[in-house]
Amino acid sequence: MNIHEYQAKEIFRSYNVAVPNSKVAFSVDEAVEAAKELGSDVTVVKAQIHAGGRGKAGGVKIAKSLDDVREHANEILGSTLVTHQTGPEGKEVNRLLIEEGCDIQNEYYIGVVMDRATSSVVMMGSEEGGTEIEEVAAETPEKIFKEVIDPVTGLMPYQARRLAFNINIPEEYLGKAVKFMMSLYDVFVQKDCSVAEINPLVTTGDGEVLALDAKLNFDDNALFRQKDVVDYRDLDEEDDKEIEASKHDLSYIALDGNIGCMVNGAGLAMATMDIIKHHGGEPANFLDVGGGASAEKVTEAFKIILSDDNVKGILVNIFGGIMKCDVLAEGVVEATKQIGLEIPLVVRLEGTNVEQGKKILDESGLNITSANSMADGAEKIVSLVK
Amino acid sequence: MSVFINKDTKVIVQGITGGTALFHTKQMLDYGTQIVGGVTPKKGGTEVEGVPVFNTVDSAVEETGANASVVYVPAPFAADAIMEAVDAELDLVICITEHIPVQDMVKVKRYMEGKKTRLVGPNCPGVITPEECKIGIMPGYIHKKGHIGVVSRSGTLTYEAVHQLSENGFGQSTAVGIGGDPVNGTDFIDTLKAFNEDPDTEAVIMIGEIGGTAEEEAAEWIKANMDKPVVGFIGGATAPPGKRMGHAGAIISGGKGTAEEKIRVMNDCGISVASTPAVIGETMIETLKENNLYDKCKTH
Repeated sequence: MNIHEYQAKEIFRSYNVAVPNSKVAFSVDEAVEAAKELGSDVTVVKAQIHAGGRGKAGGVKIAKSLDDVREHANEILGSTLVTHQTGPEGKEVNRLLIEEGCDIQNEYYIGVVMDRATSSVVMMGSEEGGTEIEEVAAETPEKIFKEVIDPVTGLMPYQARRLAFNINIPEEYLGKAVKFMMSLYDVFVQKDCSVAEINPLVTTGDGEVLALDAKLNFDDNALFRQKDVVDYRDLDEEDDKEIEASKHDLSYIALDGNIGCMVNGAGLAMATMDIIKHHGGEPANFLDVGGGASAEKVTEAFKIILSDDNVKGILVNIFGGIMKCDVLAEGVVEATKQIGLEIPLVVRLEGTNVEQGKKILDESGLNITSANSMADGAEKIVSLVK
Repeated sequence: MSVFINKDTKVIVQGITGGTALFHTKQMLDYGTQIVGGVTPKKGGTEVEGVPVFNTVDSAVEETGANASVVYVPAPFAADAIMEAVDAELDLVICITEHIPVQDMVKVKRYMEGKKTRLVGPNCPGVITPEECKIGIMPGYIHKKGHIGVVSRSGTLTYEAVHQLSENGFGQSTAVGIGGDPVNGTDFIDTLKAFNEDPDTEAVIMIGEIGGTAEEEAAEWIKANMDKPVVGFIGGATAPPGKRMGHAGAIISGGKGTAEEKIRVMNDCGISVASTPAVIGETMIETLKENNLYDKCKTH
């Protein structure tokens, strides 16, 4: 799950991770009011969307007066920003962060990630702050330093010091830099983050070490114990069909094609997309109905697929393990009864209770094309939607 | 022979009184797996499917002589269940549970350092040695006894590959699902090592997916150490970057973990990679012919 920069900074403040003073605004008047209360000489107006690259897209503006703030807020709020992370359709800006300007001396990068290779949390740092860290990693990997963190001890001060020295944070800022990193690690672990990225981390003329930007992603599997993080969820930032799917605990991702897919298991779901493409079709979605899906859940999954107007045909590919084929078949029959089905449906069933499942589909009287293998299913649905 | 499990493996089921666990305990018993006990706190002294239930893993092991466990405990409590099994010094713990918070698994991995237990999973279908022992949730009937080892990050895609092998007359020595999470127990290399040393395994299918670099590392290991032919497949060639494809581990981020790169490295390391999931079996058959292993591996 993603949250906005201003929300990440709220979490940071509660953990004493230093950030500039700032306020969120939902309207132009609120933006001006926020700037008045901050009372700084320079104010930054920042678009709040779940995507990076806002600055280059015109979503971050410097204001030197309240009139400037009003003008910039007017311009940014309600506009659609297109960045390298939003896709060509862009994202509409509904929230602003109004932040006091600060006297930046130097910019750095600090990131915390789950490292698969070491099965540990790793803190990364670079003196190339403000630029895309992927670019730094590709072009000058020697400028990225890493500390692997033992979950028993957490990040140790010596590690934070070493990282600070390695990325050339001047000595006079060392104490504050170490405190910043230690607190950031606490946020990461206690809030079940999957990524925490500070780009840039800045040193200021008045001796501070601050997170000028803040990006936090959370482990979806841990949200059951992070209620206050869940409260930060902004549904405007998510696809409607993905929201509906998440209500039913379905793993669904909208894509651009016209063949709806319903599959059990993430690996098979990906492979089903691959084979549709291999046969010249385009998948409309990734959908994993999961292991222990009930007939109701299958019905909901079907409705979500059909709510996508681009869908011109559906391929169901099930290899039952935990999932029982008869349960799947009942769900498919129920869904088509409830909402009607006017487009081709190809079903491939295999695995646990496959005979009962096939029988239910055969006896339903529905217009279902059955397939005897994955390739057969993909070929059939591709030719039916053409 | 086989890897990790065989007809002598004695298994306890952790979380045995839950719905999914009950269903699959019955399936495992029907398959012939020696399920000797179950564990559910506060249900000790009862019996399900003719299997005695214990309050703790310790007591279950003491009473039954079990050397393996399978975990169906719900995600919030699953890490604790794995550690309880490790503490009881079982040889093998297979964790089926999906959606375990990744930081819980970081603690589990640290806890397991220096201890004897092998963990398979979490978020995996389990391990099966056909016609001897099935531990997990895979449909038993698709598997046939034979000489092809299978190792995979994906459950249902493993079934797909096994099904293709069995239909064409090629049985399996053992099929190991290592799971789709970013932090897990046994990895590709651990399993490949075991297959390499297993006299009954003649060739191996390795099924990976987008995300991480485990397939690339395994491919390098194969090039340097593996005496037996390996066929591969990578799921997710058409997945868009930045979107998590169901599995927590299946995400292309920062330009890393693409199918294209994995397939390139695997090809460079001498692995035949199936072009679609429908031809994994065919690709293996071609490879067996090239290596003069066709007749030896054709079991039925």
